[in-house]
Amino acid sequence: MANPMRIRAAAKDGITEVRVLMNHEMETGQRRDASGAIVPAWFIQEVSARLNDKDVMSAQWGPSIAKNPYFAFKIKGGKAGDTVSVTWVDNRGDTRTDNAKVT
Amino acid sequence: MSSIGTCAALAAAVLAFAVDARAQSWGPGADDKAFAEMLRTGFRNAGPVSVDRLVQDDTQAFCSDPAVANSAAGAKRAEQLEAANLAAVKWPSDGRFLGDWRAGERIAQSGRGLTWTDAPSQANGGNCYNCHQISLAEISHGTLGPSLHNYAKLKGTDERALRDAWAKIWNSKSSNACSNMPRAGHMGILKEKDIQDIMALLFSPDSPVNK
Amino acid sequence: MAARTKVAVAAAACVAIALGFAGVAQEKDDAAKGIEAYRQALKDGNPAELFEMAGEELWLKPAGPRNASLEKCDLGLGPGVVEGAYARLPRYFADTDRVQDLESRLLTCMETLQGIDTRAHVEARFGTPKKDELVALATYVAGMSKDRPVDVAASHPKERAMFELGRRMFFYQAGPHDFSCATCHAQEGRRIRMQDLPYIPAKEGAAAGWTSWPAYRVSAGQMWSMQWRINDCFRQQRFPEPVYASDMTVALSMFMAATANGATMATPGIKR
Repeated sequence: MANPMRIRAAAKDGITEVRVLMNHEMETGQRRDASGAIVPAWFIQEVSARLNDKDVMSAQWGPSIAKNPYFAFKIKGGKAGDTVSVTWVDNRGDTRTDNAKVT
Repeated sequence: MSSIGTCAALAAAVLAFAVDARAQSWGPGADDKAFAEMLRTGFRNAGPVSVDRLVQDDTQAFCSDPAVANSAAGAKRAEQLEAANLAAVKWPSDGRFLGDWRAGERIAQSGRGLTWTDAPSQANGGNCYNCHQISLAEISHGTLGPSLHNYAKLKGTDERALRDAWAKIWNSKSSNACSNMPRAGHMGILKEKDIQDIMALLFSPDSPVNK
Repeated sequence: MAARTKVAVAAAACVAIALGFAGVAQEKDDAAKGIEAYRQALKDGNPAELFEMAGEELWLKPAGPRNASLEKCDLGLGPGVVEGAYARLPRYFADTDRVQDLESRLLTCMETLQGIDTRAHVEARFGTPKKDELVALATYVAGMSKDRPVDVAASHPKERAMFELGRRMFFYQAGPHDFSCATCHAQEGRRIRMQDLPYIPAKEGAAAGWTSWPAYRVSAGQMWSMQWRINDCFRQQRFPEPVYASDMTVALSMFMAATANGATMATPGIKR
């Protein structure tokens, strides 16, 4: 399984701010290696988040997102003790889900 | 113990000493022997770059000791070194100071060459924009050296100005013993033609430098 | 069915976009300001944290012929004490009778606790697995000194000697370009291309450098330790390659750390 994400979620005034640091090469598929061969594309295509058991966010990403992406977003609602879960799926079909408690 | 005598006897890293005031320059534990040993164990050959590069010439040795270089005794020595560096300047073999400013701009932009990851077959750059403003169109420039904008307008284009600039680029230490600028011609970083092209970048009325 | 909020985030979310900030500014002041704003934006969400996590895992993981973890490693504050240790390095260690920086000390612990022959780690190129381990460990340990004051007084005679040797090395000119560390780092208020250069012989400049490495370099997508930073400086100076964790590199770190004494650790840092 791929390396873990780091997720921080903090609730304030009815809004939960989530910040995620993902561990991923995010290879564009445009670069060439030392021998001149194309380095194959390998990047996250879908990101989704849940607050407790509710889907709250989904996104489609492309190769322009940099390596080890940092992603911040806000959810309406949420309180301390809730669980935020973030999932990514990449173009190879690999996937990773990590959870964090809202503080 | 005479430092010059001791120095000659040290096999591994030879430091070329010039002035005896060196004894006070560095605190306890950083004497020549300890320093030479630290150099010996501190570096290794990599790619095309050998530890032989650690051997200093007289100018480098002098300028590596700011306490000496900035002293009154140092000023005299600095003059000698400037004269020696000036005497070593190679003037253009075809008598022409100016080449092609467009090629000069490319050389000024390039920072390639002579590191242990650079292929020796690849042309060396001049690293000029690392330290200097040159063409105003290039905003990504350093400030370690003065701006060269309007160089010809400020310095003139007579024989004297051309010779001074040539000497500076070929061997910067010919006019300032401890200049931070590399000695592009003297050290084989750039070839004669490269320097003619850089001269054109500085002096040609068509060059962006003088517009 | 719960309502889904579809957010097209590709353009908006990620600060460290691979394409980077293309400066359209005509004035160099605007360009410098733009880059400063970019650097500020980078500080929120440092990928270095991923390396801290990896480093902590390596610290706890049994390895080597002795199948031992690094949990008893003495970084200067006693076996296993990681918090605050980086802020007190480099320092003299009685067990090895020498002054060591963090990476040199990690090698010592790998040898003595885990029984690992670390020559391969010393020889390995930066960016390859054996060096990656050391960089991750260094990032973890350095992060555990975040916000602590640098406490490197260079009081032991060997520490003083290393300080002086480091200072001498700092001014040592060599190679085809006549460069020393001082060429770039001994003038106030200068930059190379668009990179501001700290004035290392005084506290503020030394601190700007010393307290911000290990750092994640966004442009390269790499985590760099101080040994890597020193290595690449010498490469650009056209010197031969430093030997990893050699006395020469420790001496330079001693010079920087002691000059930065009292400043606040901001490790791990993030750079363009």
